Amino acid sequence: MVSRITIKDYLFENRLFMQRSIQALIFAALLVAILIGRLVYLQVLAHEHYITLSDDNRIKILPEPPNRGLIFDRNGVILADNLPSYRLEITPEQVHDNMDAVVDRLAKLVNIRDIDRKRFDRLRKRTPVFKPVPLRFHLSDEEVARFAVDRHRFPGVEIVAGLSRHYPHGPLASHVLGYVGRIDERDLQRIDTSSYSGTTHIGKVGIERTYEKRLHGTVGFRQVETNAEGRVLRTLVRTPPVPGDNLYLTLDLELQNVVEQAFGDRSGAAVAINPDTGEILALVSKPTYDPNLFVNGIDTKTYAALRDDKLQPLFNRALRGQYPPGSTIKPFVGLGGLEQGITTAHAHTFCPGYYQLPGKERKYRDWKHSGHGTVDLTSAIAQSCDVYFYDLALSMGIDRLYNFLSQFGFGTRTGIDISGELPGLMPSRQWKRATRNQPWFPGETLITGIGQGFMLATPLQLASATATLSKYGHRVRPHIVAATQSHDDPGLSPVKVETVLDIPVENRNDWDVIIHAMHEVVQGRHGTARKAGRGAKYQFAGKTGTAQVFGLKKEEKYNAKKLARKLHDHSLFIAFAPLKHPRIAVAVVVEHGGSGSAVAAPIARTILDQYLSRPRS
Amino acid sequence: MSTLLDSAREDASRRDWQHLLHVDAVLLFGLFATSVFGLFVLYSAGGQDQSILIRQLVRLGIAFGAMVLIAQLRPQWLQRWSPWLYGLGIVLLVAVLAMGDVGKGAQRWLDFGFVRFQPSEMMKLAVPMMVAWYLADKRLPPTGWKLAVAGALIVVPVVLIARQPDLGTSLLIGSTGFFVLFMAGLSWRLLGGLTLLGAAGAPVLWHFMHDYQRQRVITFLNPEQDPLGTGYHIIQSKIAIGSGGIFGKGWLNGTQAHLEFLPERTTDFIFAVLGEEFGLFGILVLLALYTFIIVRSLHIATQAQDTYGRLLAGSLAMTFFIYIIVNTGMVTGLLPVVGLPLPLVSYGGTSMVTLMAGFGILMSIHTHRKLLTS
Repeated sequence: MVSRITIKDYLFENRLFMQRSIQALIFAALLVAILIGRLVYLQVLAHEHYITLSDDNRIKILPEPPNRGLIFDRNGVILADNLPSYRLEITPEQVHDNMDAVVDRLAKLVNIRDIDRKRFDRLRKRTPVFKPVPLRFHLSDEEVARFAVDRHRFPGVEIVAGLSRHYPHGPLASHVLGYVGRIDERDLQRIDTSSYSGTTHIGKVGIERTYEKRLHGTVGFRQVETNAEGRVLRTLVRTPPVPGDNLYLTLDLELQNVVEQAFGDRSGAAVAINPDTGEILALVSKPTYDPNLFVNGIDTKTYAALRDDKLQPLFNRALRGQYPPGSTIKPFVGLGGLEQGITTAHAHTFCPGYYQLPGKERKYRDWKHSGHGTVDLTSAIAQSCDVYFYDLALSMGIDRLYNFLSQFGFGTRTGIDISGELPGLMPSRQWKRATRNQPWFPGETLITGIGQGFMLATPLQLASATATLSKYGHRVRPHIVAATQSHDDPGLSPVKVETVLDIPVENRNDWDVIIHAMHEVVQGRHGTARKAGRGAKYQFAGKTGTAQVFGLKKEEKYNAKKLARKLHDHSLFIAFAPLKHPRIAVAVVVEHGGSGSAVAAPIARTILDQYLSRPRS
Repeated sequence: MSTLLDSAREDASRRDWQHLLHVDAVLLFGLFATSVFGLFVLYSAGGQDQSILIRQLVRLGIAFGAMVLIAQLRPQWLQRWSPWLYGLGIVLLVAVLAMGDVGKGAQRWLDFGFVRFQPSEMMKLAVPMMVAWYLADKRLPPTGWKLAVAGALIVVPVVLIARQPDLGTSLLIGSTGFFVLFMAGLSWRLLGGLTLLGAAGAPVLWHFMHDYQRQRVITFLNPEQDPLGTGYHIIQSKIAIGSGGIFGKGWLNGTQAHLEFLPERTTDFIFAVLGEEFGLFGILVLLALYTFIIVRSLHIATQAQDTYGRLLAGSLAMTFFIYIIVNTGMVTGLLPVVGLPLPLVSYGGTSMVTLMAGFGILMSIHTHRKLLTS
């Protein structure tokens, strides 16, 4: 041992060890310098970057959808309501298991149908992973409670409380209200998506669509702090949403109900309007549907049934049904004749039951085969003599006919504040040249004079034109919303009455003649609708109309019994009341109802009775 | 004159109690201050959970106790028992591979029924002791077959632990052995050669790696590749540290840590909590404390009176440094995630006891010196 120890050079080893200690220290200092360099980079140079990332991590902006405005009728009856409802949402980014497995496990707690799964899968494909995707709507209280207990087992799955649109009266007035539905791709193209963040539904048709902007409100935002699982821990900043405006309609739900009842099983449309203001009092399209079906996605079966129904319940006839106005056009044509000096109230025409153009073979039939004999304008309207109006129309010519009738709004949209209105058709030379590249034939003028041929009008247009007639040419825009109410102001801001046109009146007497003739229709001895006018406690004016669905051949006679129902004539009626200072104008179309006097007139009478029997509001 | 005498007497008395208890007051102060600082960080990282704090306090107590206990042992005694300890360690490592418990996908534990034991922890001390024992009576720097034997003494346990698999510990043990050789004067030329060999051997090492180890390397090279999987740790810890800035978000105010974005925030990634809440400033304070401990430890090594003592002390000092640099390098994204705790700060038991036992050895070496001058 001793000899070996002497081999060791203690001094050298001491020096060597000192050296190595210092070298180790330098090595350590070098590495620490690198570390500090790294820290300076992270904490000083890239600090801004990382503070942003850190905030991104913890701060999320959550939209708070506004509550949709409510809709009331003119008497404050609620038509569209918001009911509390719970939906189940999954944020895919926060789900670390297999999604199908998670849904399977959820299915043990809440009822998840195949259709829910399919919709979920479909939505998931086009939603960014960090956004929640709804799986179920309208959870029951029991389901909410069951999930709440097991919530910790489902990271990324949330129950969201919300409001769901509800139409308490179901199918009643559904064509006015329309409905909301889930926002789809087509909707996304017409909305500013950021103002709809958090909003799931949007107005699809009817008032819900026209007044979407006002009903929707303004989205609010919450800046929240979340943990790594995405659970909200606290709110940092909150901008509350602004609820949408409430709408008060001009509609009288009670009247609407009476009208819908009066139609029974028949299909058709009726519009009642206040001629002074253009307020829509009732707007009916039959058959109707339950808008509640559409709110949270209608299932394909139910939808197919509605879509394929022969009576087309989804079709809004009041606004989109374009019918030949038939004889209801006669008062307007007659007025045109008087105002333009083409005829006088006392000028006579002989009606043999048909009319022939000079030098032509073809006979234009009167509905009354035996003819009306000698008629003047009043009796021609009261008895609805076709021959008189063939003659008058021919004298006026299509251009003057077109110009005069257009003033009442035929051929143009009325501009009502419900979406989807169609313009009807007021034919003219230019129109025929433009669309068919054909000249106008005199025979076409004849049938235009009795509201047949090319001419088409919607029930709304007929009601509006009747209102205009009753007010001596003062034409106002029909509207359905009477007033809006914003959430911070309990007062109502009424919608202004808009005058579209004051038709120049040549002679007020001319208008009196026509109105008198229409009064004769319902309350005269020979009026076509005298049955419908019987026993009324007020005086009113009306005009029947029967619109051919298809053209009869030359010598063919209309025989309802031999024809299929879908080829039956449409039954029309226009009316206003009371005779002096009219408060209501109506147009009724009953599809394939037969003659105007038999079916449409009684319905109109019901409307007038119901409305006028009540004290004025 | 009198003041000089007083201070000399005072100096002697202080040495007296330090020698009596075999404790180095300077090193003890450094360890104590670091532990207290660590407790503050842990309290915040653990979500202000007092039970975590209490358990950590108990562990610190045990660890400090172990340190003082080992400091009582004479270095000569330690030297004599080194081969036995090492031999026992090798046997146990083989036993672990043969029948150890599986925890977190790796076999590291031996279950004796009453206590679960991790032999690799013991080897953190046994390996440098053994290498120092072997070189103690050799002529330094070691060369030739002596160096080869010393190398083998290191490589055998390193390979055994790497096969458990526990890459972090095996690298750490390799480096403790390496630092004994380094302190013994291993020639720089040989060091350079070994480095080259290591670089050449990397692909071979890759071949023998387990999937999760490979994944760690891949993730280290490109953490953004899998931000929600393996890269998540690194990305989130970088965000935590970077968002802390110079002065930090304030104690208990770290959003990354408290909102649970930061994984393993009480254990391996606690450094990120420190960086987030106390900023660069707080990190520099901790690094200063660590530097204080390392410098004192190296000082103790240079003061050691025999080869065994100074080699062992030098190695232990540098091992402590390796702990720190590997952990901080990992958390700041400079090194791969290898799963080493931050000494005296991270929550955890076994490794802390081993670490403090190492400081116990340092104290033993320092306080059992024969004072030649006084």
